[in-house]
Amino acid sequence: MIWETVRLSLRSIRRNVLRSFLTLLGIVIGVAAVIAMLTIGSGTTQKVKADISKLGSNLLVVRAGRPAGPGGPGGLDQVVRPLAEKDLAALAAHLTGARAISPASQKQLRVIFGTESLTSGVTGTDSAYLDARDWKLVSGRPFSDSETRSGTGVCLIGETVRQQFFGAGDPEGEIIRVNRTSCKIIGLLEPKGYTGFGQDQDNVVLMPLHAFQRRIAGNRDIDNIYIAADDRTPTSELQPRVEDILRDARRITPDRESDFAIRDMTQIADAMASATTTMTGMLGAVAGVSLLVGGIGIMNIMLVSVTERTREIGIRLAIGAHEKHILIQFLVEATVLSLLGGIIGILIGLALAGLASMTLTIPFAPSPAVILLAVGFSALIGMVFGFFPALRGARLDPIDALRHE
Amino acid sequence: MAAGAALIAFDKVWKSYGQGEAKVHALAGVDLAIRRGEFVAIMGPSGSGKSTAMNIIGCLDTPTAGTYSFMGVDAGRLDRNRRAMLRNLYVGFVFQGYNLLARTTAAENVELPLIYRGVAARERRDLAMQALAEVGLVGREHHTPAELSGGQQQRVAIARAIVTRPTLLVADEPTGNLDTARTHEIMELLTRLNRELGLTIAMVTHEADVAEYAERTIRFLDGHVASDTMSMETA
Repeated sequence: MIWETVRLSLRSIRRNVLRSFLTLLGIVIGVAAVIAMLTIGSGTTQKVKADISKLGSNLLVVRAGRPAGPGGPGGLDQVVRPLAEKDLAALAAHLTGARAISPASQKQLRVIFGTESLTSGVTGTDSAYLDARDWKLVSGRPFSDSETRSGTGVCLIGETVRQQFFGAGDPEGEIIRVNRTSCKIIGLLEPKGYTGFGQDQDNVVLMPLHAFQRRIAGNRDIDNIYIAADDRTPTSELQPRVEDILRDARRITPDRESDFAIRDMTQIADAMASATTTMTGMLGAVAGVSLLVGGIGIMNIMLVSVTERTREIGIRLAIGAHEKHILIQFLVEATVLSLLGGIIGILIGLALAGLASMTLTIPFAPSPAVILLAVGFSALIGMVFGFFPALRGARLDPIDALRHE
Repeated sequence: MAAGAALIAFDKVWKSYGQGEAKVHALAGVDLAIRRGEFVAIMGPSGSGKSTAMNIIGCLDTPTAGTYSFMGVDAGRLDRNRRAMLRNLYVGFVFQGYNLLARTTAAENVELPLIYRGVAARERRDLAMQALAEVGLVGREHHTPAELSGGQQQRVAIARAIVTRPTLLVADEPTGNLDTARTHEIMELLTRLNRELGLTIAMVTHEADVAEYAERTIRFLDGHVASDTMSMETA
């Protein structure tokens, strides 16, 4: 009986191809928008998460200045006391659960080779930095401890720097100028690509911390300390330990706030991901409104269909159809119509999301749950908006309906 | 077939429309009985109440006052769905304008009442073919109404009416849209169904020569039965 009704409704949809298509359009656009939004959104979330974990998973970053709060990082009411070698030494001596601890001071500087120049992120650090950030070398070697200590003029460069100066050539042993100092290239970093925020992670130059401090910064400050947790220690456990050791090293009395901030990259990743998820949800909801409009379209066309087929309803009622038979017939027709729209919408939505993921270089992340939900929702819309017209058909008086021209 | 067993009985049936001063009585206390196996023609000018009477006979409508019993059941007191069931099981309808579903084959049209009876697809098909054969439409099963002549369409409608093996056939001006030759053919068919299947037929017509095929003619006038005569031919 139900199968019979579905067949009947498919036939009546086919009979009015153009009208059915126009009716479907609302649902198609609605579902396509929702599917595209949610799929692109979840792709973006994945991308953001991946990007932040590229910054180093299980990574704590210590920075001078008060934790972010009113007045912004560093606060407005105090002179920031920079991090220093002794803070690093204290961490190295007392911190347990860390895989790598590494200082870093950074500046955007003009880097020159021959007649070419490039503005690059120059970082002064030590040999543990690569381990802390989970960066690898394609060729060459990291700084030796003695180079770090003595501040020798050597450096590691990223792929972008190499391409700018040497094309595909081997950069090892070449001398580049950073600011007014020169350094010899001893290794090439593995390419990491762009972050989701459009930052080129390969436009970097690493040099020993002492060389950076002495020849470039002109002070003994450390901007950041990177601490990578070992596999057994979650960053949330490591963070209070770092805080205790640093407060102690920096002689901060218990009644005063810390004058440094510890950022947990995992937390930031989660926060960013949840922000994009919220954003995705909102866009999805806006797109969902168009589904409602599509539903009203279905109701409209079903009312027309019921009126047009009043005589048919009369015949069916006369030869013994119950109210429920007529109700089901038109409900099924509305549901099949809107389900069809939903399926077409899903295909278009996925195609759009696929296109977007190619152009935006984000992962294509279709969610079976979302697709299933879209199917269910479009069927529901058909039923809800088809109910009133169907009821109107079912309640017709057979005598009047038969007389209808 | 028990002689004298009334299939259809009107007991002081009234059907009124409107309110107060504007109240119109389509039927004003009609008493009427039709036995099983009868072939009755119902005549009368428009507004005489014959159509209203037919609607009540076919269980499409209910009286305002009085009792209408169909097969001993007080059909005038049944709700819509019960009457729908009654129609589906015991009544077949033939209309002046054929009332076939457009763009639907003859066989599918004939199957329609069986769908609402819950008959399985294969059995439906067989019964429809059989009914189409009975009305002389072998070879036209897969034609749509648009591909059939008026007489053929009415045959399909008659096949649809008899496919459920009803007790009563209600025919509303069945030859109204047909020429003389076609009219004769359809009336011959109805007469044969009445004789061979024992089908009770109630037929509205305004043509005297069509009414002559029936064995009994009831004339309505102003909501009353004006005359009720047995035809010479069968008497």
